[in-house]
Amino acid sequence: MIAILTPRERQIGMAMAIGLALLGLTMAALGGHDPIAVHGFMALALGLALVFAVGSVLEEPAPNPARLQQYYDDPIKVGIVLAMIWGVFAMTIGLWVAALMVWPDATFGQAWSSYGRLRPVHTTGVIFAFGGNALIATSFHVMQRTCRARLADQLSPWFVLIGYNLFLVWAVTGYFMGVTQSKEYAEPEWYADIWLVIVWVTYLVLYLRTLKRRAEPHIYVANWYYLAFIVVVAMLHIVNAAAIPVSWTGAKSYPAFSGVQDAMVQWWYGHNAVAFFMTSGFLGMLYYYLPMRAQRPIFSYRLSIISFWGITFFYLWVGSHHLHYTALPTWVQNLGMTFSIMLLVPSWASAGNALATLNGAWHRVRDDATLRFMFIAAVFYGLSTFEGSFLAIRPVNALSHYTDWTVGHVHSGALGWLAMVTFGAFYSVIPQIWGRTAMYSPKLVEWHFWLALAGLLTYVFSLWNAGITQGLMWRAYNSAGTLNYSFIESMEAMRPYYIARVLGGALFLAGICVGAVNIWLTIRGARDAAPDRPLSPQAAE
Amino acid sequence: MSIFKFHYNLEKNSVGFVVAIILAASVGGLVEIAPLFTIDDTVETLPDMRVYTPLELAGRNIYIREGCYACHSQMIRTLRDEVERYGPYSLAAESQYDHPMLWGSKRTGPDIARLGGKYSDDWHEAHLIYPRAVVPTSIMPAYPWLATTPLDVEGLGAHLAVLAQLGVPYTDDMIANASRDATAQARPDSDAATGLVDRYGEATTIRRFTDAREVTEMDAVIAYLQILGQLTQAPYAAEVPQ
Repeated sequence: MIAILTPRERQIGMAMAIGLALLGLTMAALGGHDPIAVHGFMALALGLALVFAVGSVLEEPAPNPARLQQYYDDPIKVGIVLAMIWGVFAMTIGLWVAALMVWPDATFGQAWSSYGRLRPVHTTGVIFAFGGNALIATSFHVMQRTCRARLADQLSPWFVLIGYNLFLVWAVTGYFMGVTQSKEYAEPEWYADIWLVIVWVTYLVLYLRTLKRRAEPHIYVANWYYLAFIVVVAMLHIVNAAAIPVSWTGAKSYPAFSGVQDAMVQWWYGHNAVAFFMTSGFLGMLYYYLPMRAQRPIFSYRLSIISFWGITFFYLWVGSHHLHYTALPTWVQNLGMTFSIMLLVPSWASAGNALATLNGAWHRVRDDATLRFMFIAAVFYGLSTFEGSFLAIRPVNALSHYTDWTVGHVHSGALGWLAMVTFGAFYSVIPQIWGRTAMYSPKLVEWHFWLALAGLLTYVFSLWNAGITQGLMWRAYNSAGTLNYSFIESMEAMRPYYIARVLGGALFLAGICVGAVNIWLTIRGARDAAPDRPLSPQAAE
Repeated sequence: MSIFKFHYNLEKNSVGFVVAIILAASVGGLVEIAPLFTIDDTVETLPDMRVYTPLELAGRNIYIREGCYACHSQMIRTLRDEVERYGPYSLAAESQYDHPMLWGSKRTGPDIARLGGKYSDDWHEAHLIYPRAVVPTSIMPAYPWLATTPLDVEGLGAHLAVLAQLGVPYTDDMIANASRDATAQARPDSDAATGLVDRYGEATTIRRFTDAREVTEMDAVIAYLQILGQLTQAPYAAEVPQ
């Protein structure tokens, strides 16, 4: 896999690996007893491993030029495997934190295993590790196929993939050690944040360089969404992560903003992490793999344009709906609510466009679990965006905010949309890039589908009930005109729903484990002919 | 239609497309966030607003480290039932020195914006060591190691210095004495305690938060929990300031 690098790429790769090892060594040496030293050792170990890996092929002859007549799929393969490993890990942690709500002593008295430390492991693990690796891997696939162009070089995809996963390992192991900025969905500390910026800019440059090589005059719509995902996430991350470290040799930093401004920046970031990481990027996935699998063209090109720019413009206004009735000025709250409702138009335009694309292919939805994954994803995308706009209405939010309804809403998006479309995309792309006609076992894909759907429905129904019950109990008054329930009574009422949530999570986790086994068996199976889009430019199909 | 014609051409230009994305995505933030730094009445002016003492700040950092904000909000909304359950609604000024804010987004446990003074130090200690000892049906995790881990007061001055850089009114005197002040707050009989009052005011709570021989992380967390909602008395006044 490394021997395909050109001699020059090997040299640069070697230099970068040495640089990483030195960076790690510096952090480890200066960090002392600070957790940053542990992260230094991790970077050092990774750097040394890469030095040996690249060093082993440094003197080998240059690779066959015939490689340039093919797509470069190696980083995609690694990205998909990493996404599945992270997915199983992060959902296992999710099941554990769900269990902690029912059996709070399941921390075994350890600091690292208490709810507050495990929770960001779960959220970062699912959204950024499982979702992020899936996005990077599929974007490499989609950009090459839709442009009929090979990746611009063979080194920067690895820098993006390995660098991003180093960020993730720093983030997740940091939480276990208590390293956190406490900003939701942006918990990693300053050095990990800076590292992510470097990786991310490389990703954007790679994307643009590959687009420049395209043999198609137009940039296909899936790429618009991947581009919006990369560009806007960079913008959000740089602003929200602004902080001053207490010391250059320690992990702790203080964020630049405080109080109400910090809250607004945080939720401008937080909601648009949902928008541009969990929505835009995965819409890119949907816009490529759904029509390919259904063998139908996208229903409407104009609807794609309207929904793309609607999403890109409106979403950045809605973050303040996380702060209704708080100390945030009311005018910002009202703007957030208004734009949240308007956002339903482009969101449903996207969902409708996807579902209308399936017209004429419903028999495939019925027979093919892979396409059914993407069908359910489009349905849950529509449902979640409707629910999101609904929850952003001030009086509704008065009831739902701070309750498990919000958690249910996030999971209807994360399980029902993000994970479902990812599984659909993976089952589409894996046979192609590993050179197989189909997955090892279509039956296991069916099993995965039904386990995932059962888990998803169990999960969201239990938390919808939990959230509405909580919200109603908190505001219930008795005939004497005083509050009817103490807080602890509302917590006790949650127990049956929390047990149901554990069950739902277990079903979903069982599903992804079945998927992981099936993918492993497919990769290990015999190679045969797989249809792929020819790289050499030719008349449009 | 000309707008689709324009888009037809934009789709052929990757850099132009990226610029268009940046422009479209920048508007919302500029309109909603930038004015929050310039409109004066966004944050009320409270004459009695205090800053966290080094011990309280250390406690707050432990609160962040353990992820307590994931289950406890510190933001009472302007709703009747919340005000009756938790106390006066939160003012923007109360978190003006909070880098980061800890308003939270979920109440698996209750809001604690006005927790300070509601329970005794002993209750907090017992509760943090094993929540179900005092609230039998609680689902909060236990934090027994707080009581046995000595508080690291070294370098607290650097923390205060960074916050001062960010606009929190810590004086040079406070920064220079930060580590000593952190210990002194839990040691009322020490000489250093007098200096602490000079620097942070008469309202500073100076007492032994636990019976531990050394100052532990438990002392810091309890000091922090007891100051919640007590940095200013303005929210409790009949007239809310503008």
